[in-house]
This record gives sequence, C-alpha cells and structure tokens, in this order.
Amino acid sequence: MSNIIYFDNAATSWPKPKETLEAMERYFCDIGASPGRSGHRLAIEAGREVLATREALAEIFGTGDPLRIVFAKNATEALNIAIFGLLKPGDHAITSSMEHNSVMRPLRAMENRGLELSVIPCSLNGELSPDDVVAAIKANTRAIILTHASNVTGAIMPIAEIGKIARDHEVLFCVDAAQTAGVLPIQVKEMFIDLLAFTGHKALCGPQGTGGLYIREGLENIIRPIQRGGTGSKSEFEAQPDFIPDKYESGTPNTIGLYGLGAGVRSVLDRGVEHIRNKEIGLAQHFINGIKAMPEVVHYRCGDISKQIAVVSFNIKGMSPSDLTLILDETYGIMCRSGLHCAPSAHRTIQTFPTGTVRFSFGYYNTVDEVNFSLEAISKIISSK
Amino acid sequence: MSEVKRYQVVLFYSVSHTLRAEKLLKKEKIPIKVIPIPRHISSNCGVCIRFLEEHREQIEKALEGRVDFDSIHSFNPR
Repeated sequence: MSNIIYFDNAATSWPKPKETLEAMERYFCDIGASPGRSGHRLAIEAGREVLATREALAEIFGTGDPLRIVFAKNATEALNIAIFGLLKPGDHAITSSMEHNSVMRPLRAMENRGLELSVIPCSLNGELSPDDVVAAIKANTRAIILTHASNVTGAIMPIAEIGKIARDHEVLFCVDAAQTAGVLPIQVKEMFIDLLAFTGHKALCGPQGTGGLYIREGLENIIRPIQRGGTGSKSEFEAQPDFIPDKYESGTPNTIGLYGLGAGVRSVLDRGVEHIRNKEIGLAQHFINGIKAMPEVVHYRCGDISKQIAVVSFNIKGMSPSDLTLILDETYGIMCRSGLHCAPSAHRTIQTFPTGTVRFSFGYYNTVDEVNFSLEAISKIISSK
Repeated sequence: MSEVKRYQVVLFYSVSHTLRAEKLLKKEKIPIKVIPIPRHISSNCGVCIRFLEEHREQIEKALEGRVDFDSIHSFNPR
C-alpha cells in the first residue's frame, strides 16, 4: 500500500483518469490557442474540443442541445449565475436546510435585497419531505433550489419527486449536482430540472476550475448574466449577446481545463455511472459496517445505504474532529476533511454544529484494503485515547 | 482552363454554433471548410463555414431545426 490514502473525493476527486492529463497535455503541447476567437487552425481546433466537452456533458445529463451547457469555473459560480441571474426582490424561493454555502450564501445575499426565502428543515438524518416543499409554495414562489446530495452526510434528495412538484406548480427547479454529477444518474428532462449546476473537479474527473450550468431552453431570456465582456461573437456591438452560451461566457475560458473535463466525462461515460456508483457505495458500506462495530464511533447516518452517496460523516466520542484528522494524516497517511464542510446549516440539521464531523469521501480509485487500513487506524486511535 | 468554383458562406451567432454545424455537416459528408469571416461580409471576429454554391440546399436542410444560423452570403476568393 502506498503511504497516502485519499478519502477526500467530495472536495476534489484524486487521482484522475490518465485520459484527463493526456488531454490537457495535448492542449498544452500542440494547441495552446484561444477557442472561439481567432480564425486560424489552432483556434478552431481548440473550439472543436471545447464543443466536444459540451457534447459529452449533454450526453451524461440528457440535455439534448449541447449549446445549453454554459461553462463556469465551478458549481459555485454556476449557482451564482442561476440565483443572482434569475431571482428578483419580491420573489419567493425555497431551499432545504441541508444546503452547502454555495447555495445558502447567494440566497442569503438575495434575501438582504428583498428575496423571500423558505429554508425547509430536514430530519436528523438529513431527509427532506416533499410534502413540506409543497406546503411552502406560494403565489410568488419563483424557484426551488436544492442539492442533489449532501456533502456532509451523503443523503440523496428526492430530486425527481421535487422536480415534478416544481413543474406542476410552475416553479423553476435548480439542482446543485456538485456531489452527484458523474456518480448518480442525472437526466434533466425526466427529473424536470430547469437549471443544473455541476462542477468538473469531483466525480466528473476533470481538473479544478471547470464546471457549468445547464439552462433549459427559453430560460436564457429571463436569466441575466453576472459578468459581461468579450465573447468572440457579435463583436461589432457593445451590448452583451443575448444567446446561449455566449451570454454567460465572457472572457477567454479555461481551455486546458475543459480539455481535461471532456476527457474526464468521457471516461465516466465509458465506465458507466452505475458501475462507478456501485464501486464507491460498496466501499462506503464496508466502512460503515466497520465503524458500526465500534461503540466509540458516532456515525451520522442517512438511513438506507441506497439513499446516500459515498460520503460518511462520523466522530470519535470525546475527540475533536480536527484532532482526529491530524492523527489520521500524520500517523496513518489518511487524507480526509474535518469541520463544517462549508455547510453550517446541514450541521445544524444533524446537530453537529459548531463542532462538525470527520468526513471520509470515497472515490473510484479507492480500495477495500485502504478502507480496512483506515478501520484499523480508527480502532488503534480509540484504544490509545 | 478549369471551371471557376463558386463559393458561399454561412454565418452563425457564435463559434460554438459554427463548430456544432461543422460537425453535423461533416457527418452528412458535405464538403465544407471553417474559415475566418470575410471582412467585407461582417466585422465579426469569428469564423464561418464555406461551401460550394451547389450544396446550399443540402446545407440548409441539414441545419434546419438543429443549429440556427444567421445568414448566407456569396463568397468568391480572389
């Protein structure tokens, strides 16, 4: 076993498929140019590959037209486009108490500008009741903004069900898929998703600095861009283009990153989302079974294993999460994350605020041996406490 | 003397649209080339698709309902 065990895939997946690096190297060594700007062959080739990345994303999310994928630097930026671009003072928006700050902070900022916000409390297990969402819908409800799965407990939200509720009530549905794109099936049309924010650097196997927003047809007419600038199109006009994706993509993109993201998404498509999911959840189940046998460990569970992703939050009784992660790193070479995971509301919901938890997040490249080693490590830490 | 080839160009709203169209037209095996938009046609800094005049109908049909285009112009290089 190598001396590093990486259980922090919910923050950034690592390692990446070799195809991701090869694509980035190809861009760096052979292409180098700006896509969608100059008309020479290298610029055109860069543009083709950026389009191929959109096409791979359109395939994995079932969006149809690939030009409805707008690139951003991560899910946070995509959520900012959705929230600040769509909502206005006087509108009402609904979200859950399990959200990451990438949703909560833009919504709270909009609340200060006159947005009415309902945060639906979830259960101690992080479960959201669809009935509570229905009850919160009012005449001025504009959107429901919901995470697909919690980055703290791994709890999966009933996305398709909430999507149907949103569509029936003519409310827009925006999903934060930061934790799920590439590891859970997402089909925007079947799930009635109007806006899908995703990041490239987690289960889609791309590099940091890549991500984006799917925008359903027609919504570009009502969503304002949060940035304006050069797009390589309509250059004779000083007003921002009104068509997608250029309306939301100003300035030179992260082309090298998008080469990597395209290769990453294609590697996910080749392996199959279900296969990846089965492998990761198998590791999580194995780990959960192991800690269940340790009375000193508190596991913040989310009910049935089928209702979670491969993210596990736990604590050792009488030990702070930061102390535990430091020992795991220094003594055992296990990389994980402690604290509030940028989701204070989720920690309040599962009653771990403000101390937080230790989070193990498993990825496709982790092994059963690594999980066994980590269980032994936790066991040793408990007995030497 | 060889016959003079008569070209036209189709302009799109963005480079993303242009390259999407390029892919579709290549799949249809229509001979085309992506070139910088000729200055006398538009001051846009992007690219467009050049094709032989006789393929115009085929191109319009292939793009219909799939990629919106801005306009089609005659284009004959010197």
